[in-house]
Amino acid sequence: MDKFVRSWLAELKSYAAIFALVAVLACVPIVAQLLDNPFLIRLLTRAVLLGMAAVGLNFILGFGGLLSLMHASLFGIGAYVVAILAWHDFNMEPVLGFSGTSNVLIALPVALLCVGLAAMTTGVIALRTMGAYFIMITLAFNQMLYYFSISLQTYGGGDGLQILSTLTFNHFVITSRAQFYWLCVAVLGTVLIVMHKIIKSRFGMILQACAQNERRVKALGFAPLPYKLVAFVISGLIAGLAGALWAVGQGFVSPADLSWMRSADLVVIAVLGGTGRVYGPVLGAIVFVVLESVLSGLTPYWQLPLGLIVIGIVVFLKGGLADLFVGRRHA
Amino acid sequence: MTPVLWVEQTLNGVQLGVMLFLMSAGLTLVFGIMNLINLAHGSLYMAGAFFAATFTLWTGNFFLALLLALAASALLGVVMEYSVLRRFYGRSHLDQVLVTFGLILVVNDVTRLIWGVVPVPFGIPTFLSGSVFVMPGLPYPIFRLAVLAVGLLVALGLFLIVAHTRVGMWIRAGASDRVMAGALGVDVPLIFSIVFAAGAALAGLAGLMAGPITAVQVGMGEPVLILALVVIVVGGIGSIRGAFIAALLIGVADTFGRVLLPPALGSMVIFILMAAILAWRPRGLFSAHG
Amino acid sequence: MLDVKNIHAGYDQAEVLFGVSLHIHEGEVVTLLGRNGMGKSTLVGAIMGIVPMRAGEIVFDGTRLDGQPSHAIARCGLGLVPEGRRIFPNLSVRENLLMAERLPRAVAGQCEHWTLERVVDFFPRLGERLNNNGTQLSGGEQQMLAIGRALMTNPRLLILDEATEGLAPVICDVIWSRLATLKRAGLSILIIDKDLDALTGLADRHYIIEKGEMVWEGDTATLLSDPDRCERFLGV
Repeated sequence: MDKFVRSWLAELKSYAAIFALVAVLACVPIVAQLLDNPFLIRLLTRAVLLGMAAVGLNFILGFGGLLSLMHASLFGIGAYVVAILAWHDFNMEPVLGFSGTSNVLIALPVALLCVGLAAMTTGVIALRTMGAYFIMITLAFNQMLYYFSISLQTYGGGDGLQILSTLTFNHFVITSRAQFYWLCVAVLGTVLIVMHKIIKSRFGMILQACAQNERRVKALGFAPLPYKLVAFVISGLIAGLAGALWAVGQGFVSPADLSWMRSADLVVIAVLGGTGRVYGPVLGAIVFVVLESVLSGLTPYWQLPLGLIVIGIVVFLKGGLADLFVGRRHA
Repeated sequence: MTPVLWVEQTLNGVQLGVMLFLMSAGLTLVFGIMNLINLAHGSLYMAGAFFAATFTLWTGNFFLALLLALAASALLGVVMEYSVLRRFYGRSHLDQVLVTFGLILVVNDVTRLIWGVVPVPFGIPTFLSGSVFVMPGLPYPIFRLAVLAVGLLVALGLFLIVAHTRVGMWIRAGASDRVMAGALGVDVPLIFSIVFAAGAALAGLAGLMAGPITAVQVGMGEPVLILALVVIVVGGIGSIRGAFIAALLIGVADTFGRVLLPPALGSMVIFILMAAILAWRPRGLFSAHG
Repeated sequence: MLDVKNIHAGYDQAEVLFGVSLHIHEGEVVTLLGRNGMGKSTLVGAIMGIVPMRAGEIVFDGTRLDGQPSHAIARCGLGLVPEGRRIFPNLSVRENLLMAERLPRAVAGQCEHWTLERVVDFFPRLGERLNNNGTQLSGGEQQMLAIGRALMTNPRLLILDEATEGLAPVICDVIWSRLATLKRAGLSILIIDKDLDALTGLADRHYIIEKGEMVWEGDTATLLSDPDRCERFLGV
């Protein structure tokens, strides 16, 4: 009994950082209220959603050793599906024989289905290659989907697509930014816990083993490809989920959300926060978004210092910000 | 499609192909020899266009400006390699992607600081403007023909150097097995510095030739960079021959895809082509690594 | 000629060589024996400047080699025939040979130097395959090419890592007889191989390496006089 309690406590303790992070994030609207600074909520909503996408990316980057530069496009598919369904609902035009919808609870699963299919198809091709080829193929797929989004003339083409209908959650309508923010934080918390569980599971162990020594994994009788593919799809689904929420929050989607530079931003966010921990990218996203907002407030040439910071991080900070906060992870 | 259109689009396609080859040549060798992913290669393309536009304005002499722009691009490449990239040869691809992404941000904003956000005007001399009839009913811009000729000549020269000289053998040997080439007495770091500088100059050349056709503006390098990456992946990393064939393939496929197919599919055609080729040969058409 | 003094070397965290010394005189053929994973290739790598060294020194004809880049070491007159042959797959046979061509440093008193023609005379099979790609050759031909390539650098010391591994007996015989010819011409050779019979017929002296340390050195007669030693260290 004692043993059971102790292992249960140890399990709980391993979630402590996630709980703490979610709790701190949940307090932001209250702080914003006290400071009378509603901009803070918008900023943190952005951070939470970019962070969620980066958490997805980091699942294969930090734990699978796969550097994907197409996660912005998966994020973008999630966003576009929500916006397109809403467009069809607003214009009362059926899409593929179904009517459109402004109900997020219907749109979200559809979006995830589309993202999953896209991730599966591209993953099968990309994962057959290794190392640098994988990076460049994912980059090319990102660009492909980016151009595809631009070519969608019905849905705004290069200008993007405004969501004109009122999005609902069944009959519930989100009325305040704070409500939406809390929803995003709750989803993020769920994602983090699920990720944590997966990484500690047998599946997660094999995935990490693949990243370290694929030959040895093969020698143990596992075929790495299915594991990597499932991981890639899960990773893409999380990015797509973040994208779908992004569309709900912004009421607007645009090809810029799919740009490869955004994919690179997600990598920066993951590395900034530390790829060794599940929640690292969330820290990275907060710093990134704040940095972006502060720098762009100071100068129109804010990418210059940002670029220098990115270079500096690669040169100096190997374990990301999470190392600064929590100390080095034991190997 | 009429014959006239066929000829015109073929010319356009081959022209895009040779430009992509100029971009890819340095990139694929740098990749092959030092195993370095250099996303900032597109910045050199952009720099070439900006340098040429400005030097033309200063000197009033188009050809002098071209030479100066090439030298300046090569110099920028050397500075980039010597100050930053040199430290990243042994590092992970992740570090390389991040650091060269950082370089893109820096170079883009420095360019904005120097030249401003509006596209820079880049005039071409009168004897290169205007059109000639390449066949009855098909006038074609002289400048584009010149680009095509220069591109093919440079590609030919490069091919002769890489395929038929001692230096070319060293470059190919280094691209395939750097350690072994070194152990046989080839000064790989020196060869690599030369390749990097030459690759920078070629990217600059591609940029300055594209300048008058597209527009000389910040961010012009990145779409081309990605096309060049597609080219070197399809051609096989480290292979000049592969890069040339893949560049023409991608150039022609992209051009005809946009003409013959609906826009949604046309813009994706080269990526689908790439996916198909890689599904068949995961290491590209002509991998230097056997 | 070559003096390896008490070197420590290895990869990243793992040290492989713990104070190894080795000496080769002008014109001598020396073998490096030992079971797999004992550090033979690491020693070759350290000599060639491929594997980083932690301590010790390597002197070749009065020149310090340690700390120099690999290409500078090669240019001092060391020709490497590496394990696995490592033919450049994207170069033709001719190019594989020509890329390594270098005139000898001191021409005085030396017999005629190696050229493409001489290498082809030496290994006629390569002559028929000059325009083939390096990878289209059989294993034996690749080994000949790797040796020919190293000879093109006009080395004063030839280093062969696994000279006949995985080759048909007929081919092995050719290689051994060619190496004997090189020895007669006065070339110094450091050789790693498993074929003890062939080695003892060719070499003057032997070193046995065990877990990163030299455990024995001596001439052929002494080596053969103690079958137990061969059993213990070489598993033959």
